[in-house]
Parts: sequence; structure tokens; C-alpha cells
Amino acid sequence: MKLKSRKKYNTLLVTLSGDIDHHSAQEISEGIARDFRHSHCKNIIINFSDVSFMDSSGIGMLIGRYKETEIFGGRLAAVSISRELMKIFKVSGLYKIINCYDNENLALEAFRGE
Amino acid sequence: MENRFHMEFSAVSENESFARLCISAFLLPCDPTVNDMTDIKTAVSEAVTNAIIHGYEGVENGIVTLDARLEKNILHIKVSDTGKGIANIEEARKPLFTTGSDRERSGMGFTVMEAFTDKMAVESEVGKGTTVTMQKRLKCYG
Ligand SMILES: Nc1ncnc2c1ncn2[C@@H]1O[C@H](COP(=O)(O)OP(=O)(O)OP(=O)(O)O)[C@@H](O)[C@H]1O
Ligand SMILES: [Mg+2]
Repeated sequence: MKLKSRKKYNTLLVTLSGDIDHHSAQEISEGIARDFRHSHCKNIIINFSDVSFMDSSGIGMLIGRYKETEIFGGRLAAVSISRELMKIFKVSGLYKIINCYDNENLALEAFRGE
Repeated sequence: MENRFHMEFSAVSENESFARLCISAFLLPCDPTVNDMTDIKTAVSEAVTNAIIHGYEGVENGIVTLDARLEKNILHIKVSDTGKGIANIEEARKPLFTTGSDRERSGMGFTVMEAFTDKMAVESEVGKGTTVTMQKRLKCYG
């Protein structure tokens, strides 16, 4: 599992790659939380295009990040979710809580439109 | 045609991806769809993770057992631990029920297993352990 992040406007863009399971989730949570704090951003966009697998540990990780953005009145978006991953987003109800977009630009546009 | 495997492994988080890899490799010869493969990997990952983090919570040297049996295109899976067990199975299976909210658990594991397979059953006894069995008809062998 790899985590990369960069800042654009007041949004932290996070790219994850590999499997999101219980083994990797804690490191991902801590990594995003740390980068988010240091960036002084308001919103987080997580890019899933290179994520090969995700189970319910990923749901917990995402809800955790959702709560953190809420504290700053910001938003969390998930982008580039493959068809296979979309199933767990739907079954868990995640897609109702977290805004999902096809790509980073669409999410950024949605954030700016507010 | 029937094919099966049985494996035991240490209850450590490194073995979650190992278990997924094993079930994938086992199914590969029957050429399953990408969807079926994802469903099975996810369901196995949920059951194995529960055994590791809940079953053997605070215990070292726990052993998780994974059994798979493929009868024509019906896959039977069994994941067992001899850990702490579940007092109230009905409550544990409810969406959002979790005893791990302090560790970013969402309580969706059983719901995912149910949604990603055709049948799921839980047997458990406090102090003895938990066994989860799942069944799924695969879209292989025509
Ligand atoms: N093998 C097990 N041994 C003991 N308790 C278990 C076991 N599996 C599940 N449980 C109990 O059932 C609850 C619900 O499990 P479930 O997988 O649905 O959610 P979770 O593991 O808490 O969270 P998530 O899977 O979403 O990360 C757990 O919180 C735990 O209390
Ligand atoms: Mg679970």
C-alpha cells in the first residue's frame, strides 16, 4: 500500500495504491490524518484508481476521514472508483455519506462551486 | 468434479492478504468472472479479519482455519477461530453493530459477507470460538 498526497487550493489530494484491508488501514488513516493536519486544508479528495482491493476496514477508514473533514466544515470525496470497488461503497451505504466523482477535477469543481 | 483445500495460519494481519491470495489461486482454474472473484476475496477477507481482530483480541498465537470446497460451480467456504466467541450472534450480524468503534471499525463486515455470497451462517460459543460458513454459486463451468 502506498500513499501520496498533494495540495490544490484548500483541498488535499490523496492517491492510494494497493490493497485496503485491516493490515494497511491503520497506516493509511494515520498517513492521511497527518498530511491533512500539516496541509491546513479544508477538504480531502481520495483517488481510488490504483486501489486493487478494499474490504470493510476501508469503510471504517473513510468514515474516520469524513469525520475529520467535518470538524473543519470541509468535505470528503472519493474519486475514480472501479466497478469492483463500487459494490462495497453501495452495500455499505458509503456512497450516500461520501460524495463520489469520476475524477479529481469533477470533485474539485464541486467543492469550488460551494 | 470436487476440489478442496484446508489451511491453518497464524492470526496476524499479514495473513489477511495471504488468505485472499490462496482463495483466488484455488478458484483460478475454473475461470471465474472478475465480479465473483472480487466477491469471494472480499467475503473471505471479512471473516479472516474478524477472527484475527475480534476472535483473538488480546491473545497471541491464535490460529485461523480456512476451508474451501468447490463442488461443480458451488463454492463452500469455512473460516474458523478458537477465540473468544460471540455472545449474541443476531446482534453481531446487524449492520453497524461493532465492538470496535474506537478502532475505526464500521460494523459492516457481516453485512458485506451476506451481500457478497448467496448464503452465510455463523456458529459461535463464548470461550470456544466462531465458525463462519458461506456459499456461492459461481458463473464458471458454463
Ligand atoms: N470471529 C469473531 N469472534 C468474536 N467476535 C466476533 C467475530 N466476528 C465478529 N465478531 C463480533 O461481531 C461484531 C460485528 O462484526 P462485523 O464484521 O460486522 O463488524 P466489525 O468487524 O466490528 O467492523 P468492520 O468489519 O466493519 O470493520 C464485531 O464487532 C465483534 O464484536
Ligand atoms: Mg469485521
